[in-house]
Amino acid sequence: MNVELTDEQKMIQAVARDFAEKEVRPIAEVIDREARFPRETVRRMGELGLMGIAVAEAWGGSGGDTVGYAVALEEVSRACASHGAIMSVNNSLYCDPIAKFGSEEQRRRFLTPFAAGHKLGCFSLTEPEAGSDATNQSTLARRDGDAYVLDGRKIFVTNGREAAAALVFAQTDRAKGPRGISAFLVEKGTPGFTVVKTEDKLGIRASDTAEFLFEGCRVPASARLGEEGQGFKIAMMAIDGGRIGVAAQAVGIAAAAYEAALGYARERKSFGVPIGRHQMVQWMLADMATAIEAARLLTLRAASLKDGAEPFGPQAAMAKLFASEMAMRVTTDAVQVHGGYGFIKEYQVERHFRDAKITQIYEGTSQIQKLVIARHLLSGAAAGS
Amino acid sequence: MKILVMIKQVPDTATQVKIGPDGKAIDTAGITWIVSPYDEYALEEGLRIKEKRGQGEVVAVALGPDRVKEALRSCLAMGADRAIHLNDPAWERADTLMTARALAAAIKQEAPALALFGRQAIDDDMGAVGAAVAELLGWPCASWIMEESVDEAGKAIRVGRQVEGGLELFDLPLPAVVSAQKGLNEPRYPTLKGIMGAKKKEIKDVKAADLGLTAEAPALSVIKLETLPPRPPGRIIQGEAADAAKELVRALREDAKAI
Repeated sequence: MNVELTDEQKMIQAVARDFAEKEVRPIAEVIDREARFPRETVRRMGELGLMGIAVAEAWGGSGGDTVGYAVALEEVSRACASHGAIMSVNNSLYCDPIAKFGSEEQRRRFLTPFAAGHKLGCFSLTEPEAGSDATNQSTLARRDGDAYVLDGRKIFVTNGREAAAALVFAQTDRAKGPRGISAFLVEKGTPGFTVVKTEDKLGIRASDTAEFLFEGCRVPASARLGEEGQGFKIAMMAIDGGRIGVAAQAVGIAAAAYEAALGYARERKSFGVPIGRHQMVQWMLADMATAIEAARLLTLRAASLKDGAEPFGPQAAMAKLFASEMAMRVTTDAVQVHGGYGFIKEYQVERHFRDAKITQIYEGTSQIQKLVIARHLLSGAAAGS
Repeated sequence: MKILVMIKQVPDTATQVKIGPDGKAIDTAGITWIVSPYDEYALEEGLRIKEKRGQGEVVAVALGPDRVKEALRSCLAMGADRAIHLNDPAWERADTLMTARALAAAIKQEAPALALFGRQAIDDDMGAVGAAVAELLGWPCASWIMEESVDEAGKAIRVGRQVEGGLELFDLPLPAVVSAQKGLNEPRYPTLKGIMGAKKKEIKDVKAADLGLTAEAPALSVIKLETLPPRPPGRIIQGEAADAAKELVRALREDAKAI
């Protein structure tokens, strides 16, 4: 078994780290405080090729792979989890499904400028009554000649306000349940498509999270991604890949918190010695470092399965579950190592702690991940593995 | 216009340097290697000249063992068109002059219009190779340049060098050697596309014999490496401010002889 990164993956990691340290970390605190979308650095991420890492060069991407994507996303998230969320949604939830299911014309229009970072994409599945229960879609897409008419409300859309186009899921045949869901590529500015509001959040505050309203929004039939009724499958495949991204983001957030705690443990003195000399602090640091390493390996394992075109859904769920739970624990402990200072905004661990929480929730809560993993185990598909 | 950029692979600036067991070289175990930062300015400038002219070729050249390929690949990822790796056990103990001879021979074979260097490598800080190569080739040389412009015909380069209190401008006929000073430009990051494309670009291995060079002994040999002596602790002058100031002036004048 080879757990070494390739030369290209190492170089991608180095560039992502360099960029994140020099250009993203210095603004992370202020954009979090002001809940300001970082347009300039997102544009720079596009120039570097971070917004469509695994998309083929012919379609505006970087021609890299999922492992390269995961290591880059970890580095960016280590500096700022909001940048990680923005990057992850464009790569995994928007570009990836269009690369897989899009027609030539759809790829030309909806993929190339987005993978190249000239435009930003978003993924719109969640509704007020359809979160974990994603099949319970009430947004309707009614066929009308050579068009569809969309009506409904979508919430919690990451990149929603800033995006130039959205991948939207809607029911084309209610009677068929999940098999009656279809996917649509809808451009901003289409009449009947409005951004109602953006949310004020606990963490990843510099990423934008929007609510969409569709009222008689007419899109041509050519805007449908994949076949009619294929939408839920497209959504689930996109989210399977997205979970690798969330896992990498969680590892990055945890790594940032751990590094801050390690530095603090070396400098801060109590009872006449650096607190890192106290066994209880050492214990916490050892647990943090071990958990981060384990989560990173699970994440890269899922990414490498995806790159090998092998089934990776359950491994992505495991990586996402483990990494997000780990990130919450590690950031909590990092605050604890800092004591009272950890509770103060001036010390960055407070931001990492808030940012970690979302990784347990979006793209499937930890509870949903357990459901996915258990179903896989009991289905017999996992026999012998 | 063909541009050769000579680069050196050096330990990362954050490396905690340890002296090796023989006392004559550093211990390279666990070192992260990078392209020497001044050489990155040189490469960036080469790429900018090419981009500005809309045509040309930028070739990265390095001398050293197998690990140097990694540094050349990062130059290719930044945008160099191809690379030349002078890799031969004969150069294992190469000193400044041997390195300059090898590079000069490679430059002669490639016959570029411009040979760019960093002002010095950040490992041993000799800063001699660029000028030595110019001497061996009989080309004009300007070191530590802060700005440049190549004329439209590609026949001459005007360079600006920072000197005490101002800028010194030179015109050099091409071919010429110039070396880059910090401030010449801000090197770009390699793009991911550049990284993925780097493996498709050529890194040519060159031996001493390919350049018509025969084995020679280095003229410079390292006798011994020593670590710096630890810094003596600072001194805190106690007492009232007025008395302490008097004592400080006395100490600066009599003990340190600084004023």
